[in-house]
Amino acid sequence: MRKFAARHPLALFLVRRIVIAVLLLVGVTVVTFTLTNLVPTDPVQLALGDDAADDPAIVAQYRAEHGLDQPVLARYFIYMAHLIQGDMGISLQTSQPIAQELGQALPATIELAGVSIILSVILGVGLGTLAAYRRGRFSDQVLRVVSLLGISVPIFWLALVAYYFLFYQWRLLPGSGRLDPTIIPPPRVTGMYLIDSLVAGDSVAFLNALMHLLLPALVLTLYSMGLMVRFARTSVLEVLGQDYVRAARAKGLTGWRIVTGYVLRGAAVPIITVVGLVFGGLLSGTVLVESVFAWNGLGQYAFNAASNLNVPAVMGVGLVVGVVYITINLIIDVVYGVIDPRVRV
Amino acid sequence: MMTTNVDTSRSAAGLEISDLRVTFRAPGRRAVERTLLHDVALTLEPGKISGVAGESGSGKTMTGLAVLGLLPAGARATGSIRYDGRELLQADARSMSRIRGRHVAMIFQDPSTSLHPMLRIGTQLTDHMRRHLGIGRKAAYERARELLEMVSIDDAAGALEKYPHQFSGGMRQRIAIAIALACDPRVVIADEPTTALDVTVQAGVLRLLRRLCDELDVAMMLVTHDLGVMSAIADDVTVMRRGEIVESGPRFDVLTAPQHPYTRELIASLPGNRIADPLEHDAASAQEEDA
Amino acid sequence: MARTSSDGTPLPSRFRYPRSLRSPLAVVGCVIVVIWLLIAVFAPLLSPADPILNTPNRLAPPSGDHLLGTDTLGRDVLSRVLYGSRVSIPLSLLLVVMSVTLGSVLGAIAGYFGKIVDEVIMRITDLVFTFPTIILAMVIAAVLGPSLQNAVVAMLIVTWPAYARVMRSLVISLRTREYVLADRLLGFSAWRILGVDITPNVLGSIVVLATLDVGTSILLLSGLSYLGLGAVPPTAEWGSMIAVGTQNMDQWWIAVFPGLAILSIVLAVNFIGDSLRDALDPQTAGSMRAA
Repeated sequence: MRKFAARHPLALFLVRRIVIAVLLLVGVTVVTFTLTNLVPTDPVQLALGDDAADDPAIVAQYRAEHGLDQPVLARYFIYMAHLIQGDMGISLQTSQPIAQELGQALPATIELAGVSIILSVILGVGLGTLAAYRRGRFSDQVLRVVSLLGISVPIFWLALVAYYFLFYQWRLLPGSGRLDPTIIPPPRVTGMYLIDSLVAGDSVAFLNALMHLLLPALVLTLYSMGLMVRFARTSVLEVLGQDYVRAARAKGLTGWRIVTGYVLRGAAVPIITVVGLVFGGLLSGTVLVESVFAWNGLGQYAFNAASNLNVPAVMGVGLVVGVVYITINLIIDVVYGVIDPRVRV
Repeated sequence: MMTTNVDTSRSAAGLEISDLRVTFRAPGRRAVERTLLHDVALTLEPGKISGVAGESGSGKTMTGLAVLGLLPAGARATGSIRYDGRELLQADARSMSRIRGRHVAMIFQDPSTSLHPMLRIGTQLTDHMRRHLGIGRKAAYERARELLEMVSIDDAAGALEKYPHQFSGGMRQRIAIAIALACDPRVVIADEPTTALDVTVQAGVLRLLRRLCDELDVAMMLVTHDLGVMSAIADDVTVMRRGEIVESGPRFDVLTAPQHPYTRELIASLPGNRIADPLEHDAASAQEEDA
Repeated sequence: MARTSSDGTPLPSRFRYPRSLRSPLAVVGCVIVVIWLLIAVFAPLLSPADPILNTPNRLAPPSGDHLLGTDTLGRDVLSRVLYGSRVSIPLSLLLVVMSVTLGSVLGAIAGYFGKIVDEVIMRITDLVFTFPTIILAMVIAAVLGPSLQNAVVAMLIVTWPAYARVMRSLVISLRTREYVLADRLLGFSAWRILGVDITPNVLGSIVVLATLDVGTSILLLSGLSYLGLGAVPPTAEWGSMIAVGTQNMDQWWIAVFPGLAILSIVLAVNFIGDSLRDALDPQTAGSMRAA
């Protein structure tokens, strides 16, 4: 076993990270469970709503099903059992299973967040590197102010402003939904229209979905870029001061080769940490932004649920987002291990 | 004030620095211009190690950086640095990048920071080789393996796949030396090559430098604050203080009969006033000391 | 305390804060913050109308009578924007103070006493960090019920772990310094050591984090209110005003002005925090809420 560990440090690293991720997932369920049960509001009322909670028969049934008379630990296991079977409770607004509704909504948000994060990383790292190379000069100062602007603006307000000008007034980009009402969505493979339409070879749907994606993605990208530019700049600056960059120049390597092979690789680790954080912020941002653009994803679902105090649905969202976030961080950890050999020890 | 007893004949190959003057002005409106080096003259000849000694701030490292064109932003160099009939101080950025690593190479002080922690040794040995020598991947890796053997790294082929943190300090410096020599440069500048290493390992690395200098006929500039190191392998010694040369000459003369009071102070500050005997540079004793 | 280099010339001292705080961004930031503080204090005097008074003059565009227009219930937008500062600013400051205190104390305890206490506190922070901030705050606020107090509680739960982490790592790194060890040998109690030896050194990093957090808190609070989980009608709060504006896109003034208010004050606070960070604390230039 030890021999295996010594010869395949990367595999061992992966296994360790996955174990930690699973533990964190359990932690997430603990948090949601705690919130529902150790809070002033009666859990039955939270789960079923005020009207249903007045009916003793329904209350009794719920109590039996969820073992509310039993000790906390037993209740937790019952809760977990429900979760593993995919039962997250019933939405107070629609009386439909929450898990099902979330399943419908999730791909839309993944698509939006995915495109936005890719754009933010490319633009953020690019501008941050530029700022680092031009340190102290005017363009650096300008970028600094711009990135501070990015993290100071309330994203829901930015969404409104963008919506107002680019759609409402100037009709430059479509403002609502993921597709024009006249276009038929492609057959569902992943639930993400961009991918599904490519798979189906439906270029009309693809272009239309892309156009609809642009505005919300623009808002989310602008929002998360601020943080990325700052971090990229700091990391790159730190790397530029390192000896190995100077040594690379002393070897006769030049600009582009140094930037990609040496500088970015050195700066990659802290930058990747930030990508994880930024993605978390993006997911949060979707809650505040999707409803403006009638984007039926997790965010809009959460917004509606929150405004209507549909607590079980909000819990469901929290759970799903937690899982997604842990998964993303796991992927990032793995990328760390691949890029920086020192971490595998 | 400069006291010199150096032989003024010059050789065709090698590097010649004359009238070198470096000034520095920090970026910003209110900065003043300071002179870091003035009237620096030095000749590097193939097969010889020219030691440059001094305290921190004496300008010895700056001289090396000036040769490579790696002075910090805000620094200006005037004077002459001639290599192979060309004036390096007037070379443009592109020409300089072709000279660095290929004709003039540098060994930095601390191998734990001068080697990139995330790139394999093989990559770091071959990337500039492929650029300068235009050879393919396979040929470059083959040559890299030979270089590692030349600097006494065991299991050279295996080492190519490893990362710097998997080696000890002495081995890392040997790797750095191999990287410097990869493209067969004519001039090598070693900036405090043993300062960051354990004392037990220093002699081995110094011996290696001496051997390589002799066998490959490179002109080496050895920068150090440690006169003990200097006395071990340098052929001639130049003493610098506050940006200028105060004394210069063959090792034996300068170290046993110093003419400038500052040189005498430096020698006097050596523990036990000890000037070491020059290290033997035969292969046998090199293998004894395993870095 | 001046430091000197090896040849006796004085080196600049590390504490450069006056120069950085004179940066134009920081000055602009301070001016804006002071203006908003004055607005918050003197809002009753500055407002032309009662912010929660409904009038029949609904959805009126900006005019002489109502400089920023009126909203869906005929309330004067300008007055509501001015009064909004009385909600956002004090609550955010309160939140940051509570969060810093709670987080620092727990973090210091974790770092200093170690072992089980450390494990427990760290696992709790891990749990909080598995969720993106706004999501967790939203969930907690939804469960507790919409009100400003509950929103603050939710935000407190979500923000203290960051300070705990920072404090803990600082305490751990300082725990082994000489003067702390000396005090332990002298028999001073843990509390005294924490208070006298450790706190002054961590103050810089914490202050930077806290300043930037004021801005984040204002954004978070307005975000929760936008979702309907914070301020309840008829309270004049910027986030909820923007929510109303979302339903009435033609009446752009309802959403634009509160947003500009948020933007201006958060930007100003960030200018100040950014300059403070440059001046006081190069370490925390990295991630603040990450592991």
